[in-house]
Amino acid sequence: MSGRESSSQKSLRRYPGFRAVALMCLFLLYVPILVVAIYSFNDIRSITTWGGFSLKWYAKAFSNPQIQSATWNSLVIAVSAATIATCVATAAAMGMTRGRRFRGQGGVFAVISIPLMIPEIVTAVASLAFFLAIGFTLGLHTILIAHTVFCIPFAYLPIAARMQGIEKAFDEAAKDLYAGRWRAFRYVLLPMMTPAIISGYMLAFIISLDDFIITSLVAGPGSTTLPLAIYGLVRVGFSPEINAISTLLLLVSMIFVSASYLVSRIGRSN
Amino acid sequence: MSEGENEIAVHIGDVVKVYGSGDSAHTALHGINLDIRHNEFFTLLGPSGCGKTTLLRMIAGFESVTEGEISLYGQNLATSPPNRRPVNTVFQQYALFPHMTVAKNVAFGLKMKGHGEAETRARVDEMLRLVQLDRFAERRPSQLSGGQQQRVALARALAPSPKLLLLDEPLSALDLKLRQAMRLELKQIQRDAGITFIFVTHDQEEALTMSDRIAVMSEGALQQVGDSRDIYEAPVNRFVADFIGETNLPEVVIERYEGDHAVCRLGDGSELHCSVSEGAAAAGERGHLSIRPERLSFTAAGEEGSIRCVIDRTIYVGTDTQYAVHLGDGSELVVRVQNEAGEELPWSAGDEVGLRLATGAARLLSD
Ligand SMILES: Nc1ncnc2c1ncn2[C@@H]1O[C@H](COP(=O)(O)OP(=O)(O)O)[C@@H](O)[C@H]1O
Ligand SMILES: [Mg+2]
Repeated sequence: MSGRESSSQKSLRRYPGFRAVALMCLFLLYVPILVVAIYSFNDIRSITTWGGFSLKWYAKAFSNPQIQSATWNSLVIAVSAATIATCVATAAAMGMTRGRRFRGQGGVFAVISIPLMIPEIVTAVASLAFFLAIGFTLGLHTILIAHTVFCIPFAYLPIAARMQGIEKAFDEAAKDLYAGRWRAFRYVLLPMMTPAIISGYMLAFIISLDDFIITSLVAGPGSTTLPLAIYGLVRVGFSPEINAISTLLLLVSMIFVSASYLVSRIGRSN
Repeated sequence: MSEGENEIAVHIGDVVKVYGSGDSAHTALHGINLDIRHNEFFTLLGPSGCGKTTLLRMIAGFESVTEGEISLYGQNLATSPPNRRPVNTVFQQYALFPHMTVAKNVAFGLKMKGHGEAETRARVDEMLRLVQLDRFAERRPSQLSGGQQQRVALARALAPSPKLLLLDEPLSALDLKLRQAMRLELKQIQRDAGITFIFVTHDQEEALTMSDRIAVMSEGALQQVGDSRDIYEAPVNRFVADFIGETNLPEVVIERYEGDHAVCRLGDGSELHCSVSEGAAAAGERGHLSIRPERLSFTAAGEEGSIRCVIDRTIYVGTDTQYAVHLGDGSELVVRVQNEAGEELPWSAGDEVGLRLATGAARLLSD
């Protein structure tokens, strides 16, 4: 296996121009982000000249009441949406992998995972149309509902993958040792699932925290999340404050994604 | 209720198991009838796929019973879910809970049954001492060897003092030496604990060495139930004779019956007296004998009462030597002769010798 991998790596490097294309991709991907991060510490209002180190844009961002309330909204929505989505995803995974097989099980799996492949703008328009059709006024609650729904598949995938990997013999051993259905889940399956559940939760949290397209359509007036607030600021005119808040958002995302990865790796090695 | 020596622990009455339904229906068990006694080490023996696990899982409550009934000390189990049956299982792959220490694994059943802290701790200690793992109480299962994990699984299943312990090929994941040691240990633990064991294996040697009684199964049906000696010495049919140990199964013509014996003619015309298993064919018809290789021996060719044969091959297998021979009509048999210290093999390939049967060595089988 590793032999084949290394030989394919060699052959990939032999393609003419591979190195140049790869470097260009990395450059385009990461240099702008790096610039944003570095200039968020710039002392002067410029993204081209360096005027010395300063935290003043961070201070300014933190004291901006618009950003404050948007951050609060984003956190509340991300925590709630991720929590509900993770619970629903865990229950769905139990039903799909532990329940009796039922007709149309493949169809249910498709229904759960297809949203990952639907263009987000379509989901956004559909959600908006749905809320308007049933007469919901738009606000934080519509954002929360929409986020919960589109977070479910992201939470579902790692949880169901892990649950499939846990042999039925563990459930049976628990029941054999006098645990009822609930206690078998609570004391055996759930602890074995914990890394995957945390991983699914963090993924859902980040997806919700970062979302722009759906949020922008289903948000009512005054219910602004952080990505919407950043977008609003950019439209008014560029300010290093945006660099600061973007850098923070990036940091949170990176922490969550790497933690999610680490936790799921711990789960697998256990 | 008193639990006397001959009381029935498990009654399995006309049990049928059908997996699936309609076109994909598959009958895994065809009407099994068995009574397993109190305090018995009972083994279900048969080749892979014959339905042993299915029967065990029905007793544990993990599979539904399609037809028939299973009862434990007179109580019908039909409506009890697995967690309400006083029956514990040692799973084939152990299924130890990886997130719990050895002690927590062993304590699990007691906790679920609602035993108190102190009582649970005492019982866990007792069980870990029984399987000689008291030093490993705080380890995780993944930090133990296969044999140690196997013993934890045993301790965990024994701790809640079940009325019946089910073991599904518990030794199959161990290497040979450990497997042999565990056979004796398991048997000893069963005696000490005073619990009825139902042990599943496809390994006939394992079954013969440990069991009080054995049920030999094939293709979802019982072939024979009896103690090790019965099964080995008096197999009822070709399947059992062939599956248990090594045997010769020559085809014969049944000449006549004399009392409880039969006189049968081998392919080369020589006549043999044989014991008869129930359901054997009538006089004048063809049938099969079972002759164990170690019940055959050699003498000089032409000696009174011996059968003339020629040795084709010899294989030295340590404790004894195995000879492949053919009779006058070309039919082949295998003979095993125990090796004596320092002695040259007295017979070699190409020799013409006389074949002698120990009394009662030949048994006429039903098909
Ligand atoms: N869950 C199941 N669904 C369908 N068929 C099964 C199932 N479990 C076992 N079988 C079939 O029932 C037969 C007996 O299997 P099993 O009891 O596992 O045999 P053994 O333990 O003796 O190897 C086999 O033919 C097997 O394919
Ligand atoms: Mg089996």
